[in-house]
This record gives sequence, structure tokens and C-alpha cells, in this order.
Amino acid sequence: MIKPHRSHTLYGFFLLHRISGIALALFLPVHFTVLALAVSDPASLDSFLKLTDLAAVKIAETILVFLLAAHLFGGLRLMAMEWLPWTDWQKTLAAGSLALGLFTACLFLLQVI
Amino acid sequence: MSVDENSKNLEVSVWRGDASGGEYSHYTVPSYSNQTVLDVVSWIQQHCDATLTYRFACRVGMCGSCAMTVNGEPRWTCRTHVNKVIKGDKLTVAPLRNLPVIKDLAADMDPFFEKWVKAKGVHEPSASRHDPMVAVDPQSPQRMAASEGIECINCAVCYSACDTVAANPDYLGPAALQRAWTLVNDEKNKDANSVLDAVSQTGGCHSCHSHGSCTAYCPAELNPMKAVAGLKRTTAFKFLGKRR
Ligand code: SF4
Ligand code: SF4
Ligand code: FES
Repeated sequence: MIKPHRSHTLYGFFLLHRISGIALALFLPVHFTVLALAVSDPASLDSFLKLTDLAAVKIAETILVFLLAAHLFGGLRLMAMEWLPWTDWQKTLAAGSLALGLFTACLFLLQVI
Repeated sequence: MSVDENSKNLEVSVWRGDASGGEYSHYTVPSYSNQTVLDVVSWIQQHCDATLTYRFACRVGMCGSCAMTVNGEPRWTCRTHVNKVIKGDKLTVAPLRNLPVIKDLAADMDPFFEKWVKAKGVHEPSASRHDPMVAVDPQSPQRMAASEGIECINCAVCYSACDTVAANPDYLGPAALQRAWTLVNDEKNKDANSVLDAVSQTGGCHSCHSHGSCTAYCPAELNPMKAVAGLKRTTAFKFLGKRR
């Protein structure tokens, strides 16, 4: 259960940024391992890539794209907050970064279905 | 205070103990209209157990001494109405988080103020009373930045809400950093650069994770997260060679 003192909007965005960051950090080694197959073992790469035809894999990829985009746009918001003059609408900016993340994930989903 | 005719009783759990540990005690307290959490705690002390220890002074949100954890959230209890925070008929009152406990609901504020000093939050005048008075333009952006944090009542609600304080014992915390930002922008403070140096150390402004819990909970509606962001920006540009 989320503790009461954490149940406010910007804490939610902090969590999203942290969790997406950790998920991406875990994903990257797998990503590079698979990419390396292109050089070391192209046949097994091809059979692995066939998995992307599965609906479950497409959904997982869409979630991954969402996490990447949310981390990217959320990170831009944080950098703007720390490097540019202050703006009072941090929650709106955070919501905007989330919207851009979702939009990017939807675009990806439309490409693969 | 008048008894609310339709009122029920409140079931109140109060943390009792000291630095070595403790547990919740349970009390049934009559509910009144316009009752604050501090009223509830006082009622328990007056009617149930005179040894209950807690701290308050002004009762009007000026002194910053009455902060406690109410239903899991840090609050100034003298200005927190029970009906705003009650869950069903239950109220849980504990000492502030992130500070050692002296006894019962009284937290030890020493670490909070020690960090205030460590952040160079003590005003050092740039002139003496014998010097001519320097004019300060209240509308200048720099003075407005200083004025924004000046109403801090040192209640430590933000300090208690901050998860970085909980995770990192060296972290100076939102109130001390906001005070530092006020002094950085105060043209009557002698040495802004020494303040910037103090807040750039380990545990300084760059440890902040920008969750905004400090700003979400500050009862005086100040914005410590904005002050910390100002320090981050100013110290980073200073590091890159920009002169103030
Ligand atoms: S924004 Fe910074 S100072 Fe405020 S609660 Fe989060 S870590 Fe603490
Ligand atoms: S910044 Fe707000 S919450 Fe923090 S000590 Fe000052 S008044 Fe209290
Ligand atoms: S008693 Fe002074 S602020 Fe609550």
C-alpha cells in the first residue's frame, strides 16, 4: 500500500520516473545481447525476432516504448526544472510528459498491429 | 467549543514512548465542532493521562511547534481540523517522522536546526548599524525570490514529509535549503557564495529528488522544492563558471 505522505501527484511522477528508469536499465543488457546475435548467430536472431509476431510480445514492446518515452519526457521536465527559470505549473508539465509518453506508445502500437 | 449534538466519539490512537521505543495507546475522545487535532491531544492529556507529552505554543499557526504525524501525514496540529483528516472515526497521532523522539509526541528538533546552521542558514549582515541604509527594491526579482521563503515557521513538516531525508541522514532537507536560498537572494546577507558552497556539499541541494512532498505538505504554503531547484541551478551555473 502506498503510504499517505506519498499519495500526491508529483510523487507519482517521481515513482514513474524511477520505475521506468530501473526497467530500462534491466532491459538494456537483454536488448544488446539480442542485437549481438546479428553478428554472432544471425539464424537464431531471426527465429527470436519471430516472437515479435506474438500479441503478448507486441503488448510488452508497447509497454517498453511507453516506459522509454515517459522516462525521456519526464527527464526533460526534470532537467527544465533544474536548469531553466522556475515555472509554477510543474504538475501540468508532468501530466504533459505522461501524455507524450502515452501518445508515443499508441503510435508504436498502431505501427505493429 | 461546543459539543456537536450529532457528534460521535473519535477513536484516537496516540503513540506513547521515547527514543528506546513505544507503542500506540487508544483513547475515546468526544467529538466537537471545529475541533483541531491539537484539541484532541490536549483533551487526552487533560482527561485521560496527564503524562502525555507534546509540544505547542501559539495555537494559531505562527510558532511551528505543534507538528505531528496525523493519519500518516505530517501536519501542523493546531490548524488541522479533525473533520479534514479523519478516516471513519479513527485518528492516529504520532511524532514527526525523520526526527528522534524525546517522549510521546514531542520530536527532538535538534537535527533539524543543526542542518539549518550547516546550510549556512544564519543571516550574516553585510553592513553594520553605522553604515548608511541600503535601499531594497521589494519588486526586484531577487528580493521577490528571497521574500517567498521568508514566512517559514520552522515546523519541520516538510522535513518529515521528505523521503530523501528518510533515506540519507546527511541530507540538509527542504527547510534548511529554502532558508539558504532566501539568504542567497538577500542582498543584505554578506556572502552568498559561502552559502552556495555549503549547499553544494554531500547531502546538499543536489541530493533532492524533486518529489515535491515538501511543497505538497508545507502548511504555510511555501514552495521549498522551488527554492531547492533555484539552488541546484545557481550552484550548477556557478560550477560552470558563471559569476553571480
Ligand atoms: S522535493 Fe526535494 S526537498 Fe522536497 S521532499 Fe522531495 S527530496 Fe525532499
Ligand atoms: S518550509 Fe513550510 S513545512 Fe518546512 S519548516 Fe518551513 S513552514 Fe514548515
Ligand atoms: S501551536 Fe504554534 S503553529 Fe501550532
